[in-house]
Amino acid sequence: MIRLVLPPHLRTLARVEGDVELQVDGPVTQRTVLDALEARYPVLKGTIRDHVTRQRRAFLRFFACEQDLSLDPPDAPLPDAVARGDEPFYVIGAIAGG
Amino acid sequence: MSGVRVLVGTRKGAFILTSDGKRERWDVSGPHFGGWEIYHLKGSPVSPDRLYASQSTGWHGQVVQRSDDGGKTWEAVGNQFVYDGVPGTHQWYDGTQHPWEFKRVWHLEPSLTDPDTVYAGVEDAALFRSTDAGQTWHELSGLREHPTGAQWQPGAGGMCLHTILLDPSHPERMVIAISAAGAFRSDDGGRTWKPINQGLRSEFIPDPTAEVGHCVHHVALHPARPDVLFMQKHWDVMRSDDAGDSWHEISGNLPTDFGFVIDVHAHEPDTVYVVPIKSDSEHFPPEGKLRVYRSRTGGNEWEALTRGLPQSDCYVNVLRDAMSVDQLDPCGVYFGTTGGQVYASADAGDNWEPIVRDLPAVLSVEVQTLP
Repeated sequence: MIRLVLPPHLRTLARVEGDVELQVDGPVTQRTVLDALEARYPVLKGTIRDHVTRQRRAFLRFFACEQDLSLDPPDAPLPDAVARGDEPFYVIGAIAGG
Repeated sequence: MSGVRVLVGTRKGAFILTSDGKRERWDVSGPHFGGWEIYHLKGSPVSPDRLYASQSTGWHGQVVQRSDDGGKTWEAVGNQFVYDGVPGTHQWYDGTQHPWEFKRVWHLEPSLTDPDTVYAGVEDAALFRSTDAGQTWHELSGLREHPTGAQWQPGAGGMCLHTILLDPSHPERMVIAISAAGAFRSDDGGRTWKPINQGLRSEFIPDPTAEVGHCVHHVALHPARPDVLFMQKHWDVMRSDDAGDSWHEISGNLPTDFGFVIDVHAHEPDTVYVVPIKSDSEHFPPEGKLRVYRSRTGGNEWEALTRGLPQSDCYVNVLRDAMSVDQLDPCGVYFGTTGGQVYASADAGDNWEPIVRDLPAVLSVEVQTLP
């Protein structure tokens, strides 16, 4: 199972507490993880990626295994530790706003 | 006894204030959607417990919420706002062309007859409609595709469609306003549109009387006399007696004719309210005195309403969607400030008091009169 950590606003919106665990069949990439997340929680569609272009929203970042993966291609494999469920995949809100 | 429900959108959540018909004691619920910007929420006139709310943040974009129990519980509905076709470009702040990009919903206007139909005014300026209670949204693209679209430009707050007026006498007629393009009217249910800005004068555009480019801040009407429109423009308070075909200035003796809100008394179509703001560079009341101005003559002759409002050291703003009236007798008038106060008058503006005073900055105020 993939472990995914959402920022607080999205946990509230999806009505989840703590990490989200997702089953991803096939390659574990940003795209497949986020597709699985949105399939489980349709309310999150458009809040992480644009509805149409599927691009990451500008004020969000993707971290895992102490790396910033935000600029990696969406179909690039995520680290093995994420695929095994040993390490979570983080969706992080940029430090901005007031 | 009838009651009143005040729907307050703020920078950090929504709040719902309720009172009985006396309007003396208020219960406050919220924050709903804490931490999110709530640009607007509004109830259906035909099914008052059906509410729609526009929820957004810079991080996560747009969410639309719907309640069917007067705001006790909410359900997130559709948030996909996609312009029809290739949306083209509009004028940017520096005069270059810039692609249309959806940013947020500024205003939600439920239908006068169908609780499942609701209109959304968005930034970058466009009008969307849902006929399935907010699940899906479709653009009424005749507006954005108007031949003047490439000349529209954002105001300081963005290129927002912030005002949607539905005409109860002419079901196919609606009036919208955009900063900074101006006012537009459709007489065929939103399919085609025409600019209705004749008589407006704006010194910040190269041709001050141009067909479009005017920074209209808000427009209001009285439902019994919908051909009469009242407008608070960037500068100037204006009136139209022909559904927007022509406008004339009614600023009269106002201390400044800059401001954002404008509204009309529920039972007196010629009683109008504004909150003058010092200038476009100083968004606070003149002299640090928060004063509502009321005209009982449809404009030009204005009286300051001060009783209960701070008359020294007050430097809040009152944003364009942050004034509303109830339907009781005497008419109640309500407005919210960027300082987090919501002031109410239960006697048409003669006396005011804060019904809540420490909210986040208020973006919008809507009032429902309940049976």
